[in-house]
Amino acid sequence: MKYVDEFRDKKMVAALADAIRVAADGRTYTFMEVCGTHTMNIFRFAIRQLLPSNIRLVSGPGCPVCVTPNAYLDKAIALAGLKDVIIATFGDMMRVPGSYSSLEKEKAKGRSIRVIYSCMDALEVARKNPDKEVVFLGIGFETTAPTVAQSIIAAKRDSIKNYSVLCGHKTMPEVMDALLKDGSVRVDGFLLPGHVSAVIGSGPYVFLSRKYAKRCVIAGFEPVDILQAVLMLIKQDRPAVEIQYKRIVEAPGNRLAERAIEKVFDKTASEWRGMGVVKRSGLKIRSAFAAFDAGGKFRTGRIRSKENKSCLCGAVLKGVVIPSACKLFGRSCTPEHPVGACMVSGEGTCAAYYKYG
Amino acid sequence: MHELIDELFIGSLGGKTLKEKKDSAVIRLGGESYAFTTDSYVVSPLFFPGGDIGRLAVSGTVNDLAVCGAKPLYISLGLVMEEGLPKKTLEKIVVSIGAASKEAGVEIVTGDTKVVERGACDKIFINTSGIGKIVYKGLEIGRIKHGDVVMVSGPIGDHAISVLSKREGLGFASNIKSDAVPLNGLISRIVKASAGIRFMRDPTRGGLGTTLNEIVRDGSFGIAIDEEAVPVRGTVRSACELLGYDPLYLACEGRVIVIAAREDAGRIVRAMKKDSLGRGSAVIGCITKEHKGRVYLRTKSGGKRIIDMLAGEQLPRIC
Repeated sequence: MKYVDEFRDKKMVAALADAIRVAADGRTYTFMEVCGTHTMNIFRFAIRQLLPSNIRLVSGPGCPVCVTPNAYLDKAIALAGLKDVIIATFGDMMRVPGSYSSLEKEKAKGRSIRVIYSCMDALEVARKNPDKEVVFLGIGFETTAPTVAQSIIAAKRDSIKNYSVLCGHKTMPEVMDALLKDGSVRVDGFLLPGHVSAVIGSGPYVFLSRKYAKRCVIAGFEPVDILQAVLMLIKQDRPAVEIQYKRIVEAPGNRLAERAIEKVFDKTASEWRGMGVVKRSGLKIRSAFAAFDAGGKFRTGRIRSKENKSCLCGAVLKGVVIPSACKLFGRSCTPEHPVGACMVSGEGTCAAYYKYG
Repeated sequence: MHELIDELFIGSLGGKTLKEKKDSAVIRLGGESYAFTTDSYVVSPLFFPGGDIGRLAVSGTVNDLAVCGAKPLYISLGLVMEEGLPKKTLEKIVVSIGAASKEAGVEIVTGDTKVVERGACDKIFINTSGIGKIVYKGLEIGRIKHGDVVMVSGPIGDHAISVLSKREGLGFASNIKSDAVPLNGLISRIVKASAGIRFMRDPTRGGLGTTLNEIVRDGSFGIAIDEEAVPVRGTVRSACELLGYDPLYLACEGRVIVIAAREDAGRIVRAMKKDSLGRGSAVIGCITKEHKGRVYLRTKSGGKRIIDMLAGEQLPRIC
């Protein structure tokens, strides 16, 4: 497969691993990745095994499902309980436990919940079911937000009144600032998310190198991408933001995608699991599109959300502990019976540790 | 599901035969050994590229008999139909059942039909049970030895992607067809080629990854798989990359995993390749003393990772 096989080439991978060993020259480095696909692919391709022991990769808050707090799931489940409402969601959300239930369990009880591949599919469900209200669960970072924005623009253009979005989108740069201000995270640099960066470019990360003296490389997702990015991080003479994923990411980002986000969404404070509320790290639907905001459109009654106190998802998401440090990991918290989002999400750190060992 | 089977079904009902948890039960009747199996089919949509629920129902049960070393003989057919199921749909399915039975050389000898009210089932559910005579004895997980090889009869994941593409209306440029097919002809070539076949299983629900985990579960050996050796069609790989699926966990309905003595591997693969259903056969791994109870994958990039049992269903990812 083009753009895949070349970046999984065994010889290239071995050469990069050697180059990293030589460049690191015994010095210890800790790099954090903040993208769920990086978390999974580092495990999937056994990247840690290929690196020398003095290079440590830690996972940060990069899984959009994992960082979504229980309150969002609880609201989605409450909406699913309303008459004539169809919930349309990405698959990752189905098994994530909320405070009391999950979408999968609610579906088994007979609630109308559908897994879709894109929000445009959800819009199509709304078109085909004019007597139902379709609520799309808008989860994801800047990679996903532009298409969700497009679905809202299309719904307004076509007067589709029965489509709305429960907006839980979050944005990366602000949470990285909060992470470093927090002080509990000790890293030398970041593998930055390739597809988020395809939208926002490299500019929003410059503060990481200037304010915090962190090395940064925007990385793709194949083994060669990740290893090349690690090599670039080690070789930086002074902290900077570089792009390894040049076949997809340009420094200015994708203005078309950014304009779609700006048109439909505004920045707002957002709650991140394990980190609390982070200013201007979330998106909310602008008043011009209020008719498509499921948060305001429906009344669901007061929900008392709660988080499991024994669950260490929050600390895992900050990269402060590894999953095996959680006393629930592999015991009462498994992919079959997850306690926290990190165990069940396709890109959750705990799920990656459990699955890939 | 594995927990449910162990705790409830085997816990409450399990005699010696049920506890063996084979694809078919091996039972003694009149001094002879027979295989007996049952399976239910609830696939949606009913028709997909390369097959339909009827073909699946016959192939699945025939294959469960064949992998236990049996010559499939007789099938029973139970249909639960939703009120209002169009007669043309039912006719198409029954014709397909007839064609698949003829292909497999089995006879449908008994059956049952039930109609339930609208909404009580999804169009049609089918149960097939099958009986076959054991012609190749001794296929047991307990016979697997360190150093044995693991083979698969062709590319994995075709069936799952075919059904998924139709179910979700995903328009792939290439038409990926289900591999649903009776394998008893291929399997009879395999067992003729070697007296050193230890065990066979068809990687249906949960795919190759789950099936290999079922085999190592009792923990006296490990399995090491070479990712580069596992055959996957380019079109299936592309679909998986797009949707975030792992081909190792995609169901196959016309493939068999064969574990056999190392010295017989070449002969078995040659025999499989002579059959039109086995052209894509390959040795994909081996049985190890190390990491007992685990399945490991040597990745294409040179790393090594665990392949675990699939938990629940694979779900498409957000990003």
